[in-house]
Amino acid sequence: MDTFQETIFKLKQYWSDRGCIITEPYDVEVGAGTMCPETFLRVLGPKPYRVAYIQPSRRPADGRYGENPNRLYKHQQLQVILKPSPADILDQYLGSLEAIGIDLNKHDLKFEEDNWESPTLGAWGIGWQVMMDGLEITQFTYFQQCGGVDLDLVPAEITYGMERLVAFLQGRSSVYDIDWTREVKYATVRLAEELQHSVYNFELASVDTLWQLFSLHEKECQRLLDAYASYPEKSRFPLLAAYDHVLKCSNLFNLLDARGAISVTERVGVIGRVRKLAVGVASLWLDQQSAASESLNEVAVQ
Amino acid sequence: MSALPLLIEIGTEEIPDWMIRNAVSNFREMVTSLLAEEQLGGVIRFADATPRRIALIADQVLSKQPDREELVFGPPKSAAFQDGKPTSAALGFARKNGVEVDMLRIEATPKGEYVAVRKMTPGRSAKQILAQALPDLILKIYFPKTMYWTGKGGARFIRPIRWLVAVLGENEVIPFEIEGVASSNITDGHRRLGARAIFVHAGNYVSQLEANGVIVCSEQRKRRILDGMAKLVEGTGLRVKADSALLETLVFLTEYPTPILGSFDRHYLALPEEVLVTVMRHHQKYFSLEDEAGRLAPNFIAVINMASDPEGIVRHGNERVLQARFNDARFFWEFDQRKRLEDRVPDLAHVTFQAKLGSYLDKTHRMVALVREFGGDAHAVRAALLSKCDLTTEMVKEFTELQGIMGGLYARQQGEPEEVARAIYDHYKPLSMEDSIPATLGGCLVALADKVDTLRGCFELGLAPTGSKDPFALRRAAQGVVKILVEGKIALSLDRLAAGNHELRDFLLDRVRYYFKDVRGFRYDEVNAVLASAADDLVDVEQRLLAIQTVRPTADFEPLAASFKRIQNILRQAGFTGCGAVDASLLEPGPEQELFAAFEKLRLQVSALREKKDYEPALVAIASLRPQVDRFFDHVLVNVSNETVRQNRLTLLANLLTEFSSIADFSEIVTSS
Repeated sequence: MDTFQETIFKLKQYWSDRGCIITEPYDVEVGAGTMCPETFLRVLGPKPYRVAYIQPSRRPADGRYGENPNRLYKHQQLQVILKPSPADILDQYLGSLEAIGIDLNKHDLKFEEDNWESPTLGAWGIGWQVMMDGLEITQFTYFQQCGGVDLDLVPAEITYGMERLVAFLQGRSSVYDIDWTREVKYATVRLAEELQHSVYNFELASVDTLWQLFSLHEKECQRLLDAYASYPEKSRFPLLAAYDHVLKCSNLFNLLDARGAISVTERVGVIGRVRKLAVGVASLWLDQQSAASESLNEVAVQ
Repeated sequence: MSALPLLIEIGTEEIPDWMIRNAVSNFREMVTSLLAEEQLGGVIRFADATPRRIALIADQVLSKQPDREELVFGPPKSAAFQDGKPTSAALGFARKNGVEVDMLRIEATPKGEYVAVRKMTPGRSAKQILAQALPDLILKIYFPKTMYWTGKGGARFIRPIRWLVAVLGENEVIPFEIEGVASSNITDGHRRLGARAIFVHAGNYVSQLEANGVIVCSEQRKRRILDGMAKLVEGTGLRVKADSALLETLVFLTEYPTPILGSFDRHYLALPEEVLVTVMRHHQKYFSLEDEAGRLAPNFIAVINMASDPEGIVRHGNERVLQARFNDARFFWEFDQRKRLEDRVPDLAHVTFQAKLGSYLDKTHRMVALVREFGGDAHAVRAALLSKCDLTTEMVKEFTELQGIMGGLYARQQGEPEEVARAIYDHYKPLSMEDSIPATLGGCLVALADKVDTLRGCFELGLAPTGSKDPFALRRAAQGVVKILVEGKIALSLDRLAAGNHELRDFLLDRVRYYFKDVRGFRYDEVNAVLASAADDLVDVEQRLLAIQTVRPTADFEPLAASFKRIQNILRQAGFTGCGAVDASLLEPGPEQELFAAFEKLRLQVSALREKKDYEPALVAIASLRPQVDRFFDHVLVNVSNETVRQNRLTLLANLLTEFSSIADFSEIVTSS
């Protein structure tokens, strides 16, 4: 039986063998692997791209002080992006399950409709939750829009919830009992983090401070977006830095929400503010990309 | 010309189960009309689907269209020939149609003589026609939500199309392409149970697929599930709880369904049955079972998309998942008890009802006021106050379909009076026209307050449903209001419920019509007649409808209704709007005086009966007026030249009509004569 990390290694190897770049997790807090620039920005525009990475994903409202065996404040997603999606994508996906030791002839597999939408990212897609013996083991999405933009090439996004998947493989009823290595349990690695962040998110986070941080990141992002038009050399412009501030805002929104600090009337408005930034970055990013490819063409012509 | 069978199969990635049935019938219709329009004959003998394929087989498709002979008209004879010689117009026409000029003929038409040519259009081959038409036709199959899978501007379908089969006869492939997928005579078997490349044609399609783990016929999959379940419980004393919606879902989630029996630990039965069944049904798509006494059994049936589970691996997996789910539920059940419902009321400020209509706390306040206004007792008011609190519980956040039900269960657990618990439990009812209304008056009032508040709020914001779009489920809410008012015998005024919003009132009236006609089966003209006279109190509407239904078959009723219609026409044509008292001195002896006398006698009797809501005898009494009315029309002329007499006669008729239309407007009754 493979350990948590061995299963991750095998999936990374599998997708590496299929042409994916393997990156390490993004270093800014995100709610899902989709939000990382490696997905959110790379799916935009006409350039093919293949990438896979583990992304620890924070969902402050899902924290349970480490008491609930299946629910986590932070879980590890293995995110795969194949852009454009190959015609045999589902077969490749099924192959990945075999690669981590699942004998598909002995299990029941169903693809149940589950479409994905992120209002804060202006993004949505069509897809399924993949059910294995009654357990959701993967989220599969064909992106349609990102940052409010129709996508030139439809990417397939495969998201494995690693804790749930490995608990299934190891036959554990609590994620905390998963063998991370042969000697070390999941709880040893992560329980304290679950507990302490739950305490912070639900009890001790300063609402005032979080709001201030939100405003600061929002302001900084907007300042950059406003500066793009007059910036002379587009390819040098730090849109990637602007996007980090969008991610900060998104995470702060989730924290404030978990803290019960966002009133009903405010809620839609705050989502709209984050969305505006995300859409802003997306459209400038496209502009920057096409500017870059034009200047490349010019170089080629010369 | 030969006739051949045709096979079309669209191979896709997994289509959402609930869309498949409609897509099949839509596809079938389109192919039917294509074959008809193109005169290709063909009888569709099979149209069905699995999650991964939509298939159709037609027999006796003509290999080509019949040749068509048509007459093509050219210039008039006068312009085509001069002195018996063809002009340039005639030569041009002949050239255009590829014939020698001596092939032209003169045809007489209503507009004169014209030059014409008889032209044979050879029928095109079915292969050619279908190859051209199928790509568009396939992409036009209706799905509620589509996607593109290559890129912006690409074809749209419900899920990516991965293969296409189109075969005429045994091996003639109809060639076409959609998004780079070329048609062929090769299909794909079940993902695990079949081969990935199978040659098929109409004659062997169903059997070839069955040999490769796919039961294409949905009815056969349903049978397999039902028979399999029956076999599983045989001799166990267990009964499967019937669930046709779940069965339909599973039929279209599988290509080769096999039911398996699993079990769970008895101690979970301590949780409320509602919770256990919801977890099994909605989240795991399992059938639940009951024992001989009708108690929930610690078992379930899962339907897998495989032929069997010989080692019990799938059963074991499902049991583990269910156990985890039940553990979650038990955790929620215990955790939620830590905070009483009444302590959760302030938390509702953080739950959005609708962006512009505020939070559920705002809604709760409005509901409490409404229940008071409707005359609810202290229990009903208390229930309204607590009704939405379960939205803040972990259980309802996880299992949203348990809203209301959990509130009721928690209320009971926390020692609220049974009336309060029951009213909370029921207040989302009726969930459909088939569902029952809340069991208690208190429950009915809370349910009404909830729905009326939603309707009022949304209509004020201009969010009335349009076409098939009804995101706030306002039709269901309005339907629920109507059903509760009638079946709960609650005599609240529709006008008052609509709070002066005419659009909402009309919307409710539409639902009233729908309810009485389509749900209760009253005839449409009876519904129109009753609503035309008064529609505000639905309990009263129902009583009047029942009376009409009873009296209608009697001999005098329909003829009298016809006479009322005649009266209405006379009044309308005369432009008569006044309605004073009849001057008895102006009445002619005979039929006119007799009608007046009979009317005077009946009006008191009818109005007394009407006051008591004794509608049936009132209608019988009105119908008894028929002989006098008939004689009046046989012998008395209304439109006489003496204006005073004429006005008096119109007044008599108007009085009659007004007085006797207060139960139903008889002129709305469609008479058979």
